[in-house]
Amino acid sequence: MNDFIAARSQMALSLAFHIIFSCIGMVMPFFMAVSHYYYLRTRKMVFRNITRAWSKGVAIFFATGAVSGTVLSFELGLLWPGFMKHAGPIFGLPFSLEGTAFFIEAIALGFFLYGWGKFNKWFHWFTGVVVGVSGLISGILVVAANAWMNSPAGFDYKDGIYYNIDPVKAMFNDAWFSQALHMCIAAFAATGFAVAGVHALMVLRRKNIEFHSTAFKIAAIFACSAAILQPLSGDHSARDVAKRQPAKLAAMEGLFQSGTHVSLLIGGIPDSKTHSVPYSFEIPGMLSFMIGGNVSTEVKGLDQFPVDDQPPVVITHIAFQLMVALAMVMFTVSVLYFFVLWKKRSFEKNRWLLRLFALSTPLGFLAVEAGWTVTELGRQPWILHGILRTQDAVTPMPGIQYTFYLFTAVYISLALFVILLLYRQIRMVPVLYDVPDGKV
Amino acid sequence: MIYVVIIYLWTSLLLYLLLGGADFGAGIIELFTSDNNKDRTSSKMTRTIGPIWEANHMWLIIVIVILFTGFPEIYAAVSTWLHVPLLIMLMGIIARGTAFAYRHYDAVEDEMQKIYNKIFRYSSFITPFFLGIIAGSAVSGTINPQAKGFADGFIFSWLHFFSVAVGLFTVSICGYLAAIFLIGETETEQERKRYIVKARSMNFAAVVSGGLVFLSAAIDHVPLTQWLFGNAVGITAITAALISLIIQWRLIRKGKKTIIRFLAGFQISMILVATTFFHYPHVVLMSGEQYLSLMEHHGDDKAVRSLALALLIGSVFILPALFYLIYSFQKKRPQEI
Ligand code: HDD
Ligand code: HEM
Ligand code: HEM
Repeated sequence: MNDFIAARSQMALSLAFHIIFSCIGMVMPFFMAVSHYYYLRTRKMVFRNITRAWSKGVAIFFATGAVSGTVLSFELGLLWPGFMKHAGPIFGLPFSLEGTAFFIEAIALGFFLYGWGKFNKWFHWFTGVVVGVSGLISGILVVAANAWMNSPAGFDYKDGIYYNIDPVKAMFNDAWFSQALHMCIAAFAATGFAVAGVHALMVLRRKNIEFHSTAFKIAAIFACSAAILQPLSGDHSARDVAKRQPAKLAAMEGLFQSGTHVSLLIGGIPDSKTHSVPYSFEIPGMLSFMIGGNVSTEVKGLDQFPVDDQPPVVITHIAFQLMVALAMVMFTVSVLYFFVLWKKRSFEKNRWLLRLFALSTPLGFLAVEAGWTVTELGRQPWILHGILRTQDAVTPMPGIQYTFYLFTAVYISLALFVILLLYRQIRMVPVLYDVPDGKV
Repeated sequence: MIYVVIIYLWTSLLLYLLLGGADFGAGIIELFTSDNNKDRTSSKMTRTIGPIWEANHMWLIIVIVILFTGFPEIYAAVSTWLHVPLLIMLMGIIARGTAFAYRHYDAVEDEMQKIYNKIFRYSSFITPFFLGIIAGSAVSGTINPQAKGFADGFIFSWLHFFSVAVGLFTVSICGYLAAIFLIGETETEQERKRYIVKARSMNFAAVVSGGLVFLSAAIDHVPLTQWLFGNAVGITAITAALISLIIQWRLIRKGKKTIIRFLAGFQISMILVATTFFHYPHVVLMSGEQYLSLMEHHGDDKAVRSLALALLIGSVFILPALFYLIYSFQKKRPQEI
């Protein structure tokens, strides 16, 4: 493995790891705020127990998210000094604002986790909401920084010199809104499906039914609303990509030849030699229609770009197909769920639905990882789209493959620890929280 | 505006050294505590710093963000040539942060606790040790951007007596801060005595490793004595640090915890003043008179301005909230769920 590939893999691994924890850090506080709210309103113990059980889980995720985030802020320099040297001042603004958001989040978390029974109960509730809001804001800010890499703005560039820098313009680049919106919804869908799935499984096993079915419901309502909205936002993202990064769109769609009346390909494995996509299913004219609202819209294919400027098409296409397929599955499950809710059927009688949810536990996170693969791989060979090549940004230090192996080992062990801890938390639910209403 | 940024950079570094340092120190003390007292130290620590634990470590993030936004060349150079010690420090941060949280939130108390504790203690030592190594190598003139070969460029940039001595000194300062902090949190006389003994041995370690720093500076040709004693500010700061150390020891018996903590903090700030003042604004001193300076190697003016504004606005939100957090939990013993 050469150093360049190793550096990219290490970055990818670190981000792919971090994103799981940051999604949970962004979303769980809202779930907790809901159940905490119901507890304060109704004084039903089950809501209090759910809030507390979740907050213990969240504390584990927070700690892991915080360290992996700290690692990332160093890794940007450790792996890509050639990029940060120029990019730092331009896209540093969202990161510096994010610093504030993290700080607020950490402070509010201190109040929330350690403040049970010490403060006015609504103040305590409010600190939980602040954790969520500042998490969401920090997510939006980092994604804005990433969007700037896709859609550079706020500076002029000539012969390696970056001048006329305007950090505010850089932050509000063309891609920030579509990416941030899509990411926020994704975080709710992914976390929601994961949480709902775990609780559904416990209900199926007939363990602590009241506890788990209430928790399931809170998570499922968030998850399903997000999963129903997500295709809309994704459609918006795709059109946005078509405008600002046509090469990425071509790679996503496996589109080798430009043209009008372009068909949408579903599935398939692009073959760069024959410029075809075997095993795919074609919907004639559909891609042109989706991009421009009209089948005669011209869509740029990879033939418009020199080979050196083309993103890797196989993985980008497959990752995109995977994200969309998962979106469709989650969409269907969500519609079914709302239908059952609307009919007021009991879940005890609809165990198939719980089973569906249990099976869907990892789908949201898979979609998140696939989506980021599309975004990041589709940007290649550029680290800063159209301006700086990833290859020219990498650290001169040799031996990056060994640091990559090291990080791989570290992240695998962290993941194992987190799984173990979570398993133990869930197993302890009966001991810690299974008290009938009114006692305690 | 560049001065606003520099002040924030320096202050965040100091606060990280103080608050993060006390936190590292707790682990260091655990590491050097006899087996039967270890658990008491760790549970005391969790109870007292649990609520502000996350916040303490945010200062490092602020330092990094200021560096890459405001001083990108410095950030890029340091992370290139000091890649290895930064990497080890990161490993320490990962291990510490997670072990601290995991040992606390593991729903089952069993043998795993031993593993968490071990990881926590060793990484509490390694992290500030490498932090010190990084600080030491940044100014010792051993970074050589023209170096050919892996060892010269990426190993001998940081592996030498001086930086190792600075690392040890940083470790003992952290231990000392933690002991001073814990003295104020004790409930029984016997416990108090225990931490006073700890504070004394950490103080002793700091003196010894401080001596090593001077010795190794001489060996590695780092003009440390000139930085510290070659100018009025350096001399004043070092004297102030010494005086405050002496007063601390007088007061420790009387048990005035706020004043002692304040004095210990003051002492560390003075040490940081003394070691940074002389070569300011040059923050990275490399081989052959090459340097990186806060005044010459900062980013674009507009970027610096927006960074300064972001920091100022951020403080308006952060500082009151942070004070209220610390204040609340000083009054009320944090009750953990
Ligand atoms: C639960 C997760 C999830 C789901 C269900 C979807 N996506 Fe997505 N998608 C993401 C999670 C995600 C993501 C991981 O959050 C990405 C990566 C970067 C970003 O901004 O969002 C992303 C990126 C992303 C991009 C690239 C944006 C860019 O590079 O700027 C496009 C075009 C789409 N998505 C399109 C869709 C479509 C058409 C979907 C449904 C039909 C869809 N996504 C469902
Ligand atoms: C957390 C979600 C994210 C994931 C899962 C993710 C994923 C990836 C992947 C897969 C790569 C490797 C690309 C390749 O090898 O071709 C990569 C590279 C990179 N990402 Fe992201 N990314 C995320 C967010 C971000 C954000 C928010 C930023 C910056 C603000 C960022 C900056 C980078 C950089 C600098 C590289 C290396 C250069 C490059 O390969 O272009 N990423 N990321
Ligand atoms: C290059 C990219 C990134 C960097 C440098 C980065 C940096 C950080 C840092 C330093 C932290 C620790 C803050 C703390 O101590 O609480 C953190 C946590 C967090 N990050 Fe990231 N991050 C990156 C990518 C992302 C992405 C893509 C998202 C979301 C969309 C995200 C969302 C969050 C959230 C919500 C937290 C707080 C929750 C938690 O601590 O678990 N980050 N990140």
